[in-house]
Amino acid sequence: MTLTEPRAQLHQECDLSDSELQGLLREMISARLNSTRCFSLQRQGRSGTMAPIDGAEALVVGSAAALDPERDWVLPQYREPLGLSRFGEEVVARTVRYMRGDPAGGFIPEPIRVWPQQIALAAQLPQAVGLAWGMKLKREEGVVLTYFGDGASSEGDFYEAGNLAGVLEAPVIFMCNNNSWAISTPARRQTAAASFAEKAAAFGFPGEKIDGCSVLEVYAATRRARERALAGEGPTLIEAVAYRLGPHTTADDLTRYVPAEEIAEAREHDPIDLFRAELQEVGLWSEELEAETVKEADERMDRMIAAAEAVVIEPDVIFEHVYQRPTPRLERQRAELLEGLSEDD
Amino acid sequence: MAEMTMVEAINASLHYEMERDERVVVLGEDVAVNGGVFRATEGLLDHFGGDRVVDTPLAEGAIVGSSIGLAVAGMVPVPEIQFLGFAYQAFHQIAGQLARVRYRSRGRFEAPITVRAPFGGGVRTPELHSDSLEAQLANIPGLKVVLPASAADAKGLLAASIRDPDPVMFLEPLRGYRALRDDVPEGDYVVPLGKARSVRDGDDLVFIAWSYMVEVARRASVELEKEGVGARVLDLRTLVPLDTEAIAEAVEACGRAVVVQEAPETCGFAAEVIATINDEAFYSLEAPVARVSGWDVPYPAGLLEDHYVPSIDRVVAAARRTLEK
Repeated sequence: MTLTEPRAQLHQECDLSDSELQGLLREMISARLNSTRCFSLQRQGRSGTMAPIDGAEALVVGSAAALDPERDWVLPQYREPLGLSRFGEEVVARTVRYMRGDPAGGFIPEPIRVWPQQIALAAQLPQAVGLAWGMKLKREEGVVLTYFGDGASSEGDFYEAGNLAGVLEAPVIFMCNNNSWAISTPARRQTAAASFAEKAAAFGFPGEKIDGCSVLEVYAATRRARERALAGEGPTLIEAVAYRLGPHTTADDLTRYVPAEEIAEAREHDPIDLFRAELQEVGLWSEELEAETVKEADERMDRMIAAAEAVVIEPDVIFEHVYQRPTPRLERQRAELLEGLSEDD
Repeated sequence: MAEMTMVEAINASLHYEMERDERVVVLGEDVAVNGGVFRATEGLLDHFGGDRVVDTPLAEGAIVGSSIGLAVAGMVPVPEIQFLGFAYQAFHQIAGQLARVRYRSRGRFEAPITVRAPFGGGVRTPELHSDSLEAQLANIPGLKVVLPASAADAKGLLAASIRDPDPVMFLEPLRGYRALRDDVPEGDYVVPLGKARSVRDGDDLVFIAWSYMVEVARRASVELEKEGVGARVLDLRTLVPLDTEAIAEAVEACGRAVVVQEAPETCGFAAEVIATINDEAFYSLEAPVARVSGWDVPYPAGLLEDHYVPSIDRVVAAARRTLEK
């Protein structure tokens, strides 16, 4: 053991086995690779706009690891799903389809307790509170964790949701990915408060600011928040400070607004590099494990991309799931679309 | 049968549905201890307790948004927006979220949520209490839009809405809460969504209306009867789904139609009804279809609202013009 005293204490608090620690790093590396592969698909014209996960791996993987996939729910924003394979590889597979523009990408099958990604910022937060409230009413043992960004914290939904969660003492964890940027707007332009975590004070529950680049710190904080929620002590706001190491999305050019020296410095604190170095120090990581992880993740993505590209999407699926049963008007429109298509043939 | 006002019928329906299905929960501003500002939810807290009848913080977005989460958790939420004009503060949760729960998840999740909200003029309310937003809601795929015009329908349509697997915007006419009173069936009473109601028979022209404008059209038809004109009144009851067949049938029988709505004229639902007539019954028309609407102005202050809301006189005049063509 050559870890510094605080790191050693953190390892002790997390109390994870060697293979669990290795599993966290595997998932972080896979999450980045998933994202890099999808980014390049977009560049090749084989997929639509996507938001890369780069920089958020520790806060996604660490928080998901502290949850129980059979009891807890996750309501993502849109940057996280490629890192949520702990809840089921199908979350990643569906996200690949979603990014291609396949509506079935929104279908995350039972029993995976992850909601489809949410494009409207913070809109998932009141929904997460309602879900946690419902679980409490039904006496279900479990919590809801929802992700959002520093930018989303400026939305009214954040304040409405936080306030309601506090009043109801709902078992919900608000996980704020403070990655410094909301597209081009820096976090200091989102709030005059000293931190995002301190906003919890106005809701009447604890807020904690942690290092979102440390997977173990995220894991430990999420586990504490989960235990509080299960003990009936209500919500927690966690501000995980990370840095968005890539552009906002494939449609964004970060060189227009991020100072080059700032991102260079952030890359020195890449969450994957930090944790890899830590595991190497204690003899839990090697080049062989790295190569094996990358190979497995690459092959998995090959399979998922091939499966996504093999799907034949019938045009009239756009009429499905608007209502449980289509209205007569929708049936007429569907027939009109299909008739137009058969005339084209 | 028991004679009830519309608000009593709504209250009775909520009692019945909560008794029938323990998943039904009522939430909103002042709905529990106060029983609703119009007493629509009176007595529910005593009967069903604080877990199922909940006073929420004052936040329309969170009322609708948390209802979505409650629904996925397995509850059947009946949130109240105190006045429909305040739904603007929840529109992102209604249009962007509630309406798309099923679609976005490709059928994994559903939102069997009935959002109740009173609206409409005639009671001298402050600003944003009276606005008619039904056309805006009907333009959002995924929502059903239901507007009762009688006490019996208020009970039966509310029961159908609460039992429906899709989200329903259930809009209640403020002016009708106590002014509309009729016989309401006791016990289990469901009026299916998507079936219009024939309020009055006649062969010379048909008034097509919904919500309180049905009552205005009915009174106009009584006036016209004195002139020997037989005016039919068709209450659409639900705008989504729309009973296209009933509209076509009435227009085919009468040859003349007047659509009456309280909302502003431009892009109001009356325009949709007229387009539907154009599609379904154009060759039965003996005159252009007329519409009587609110004006294209923000809903005016109380002392001027009688100049805005379609009056019996305006409806009668529109009918006479249609008959002269």
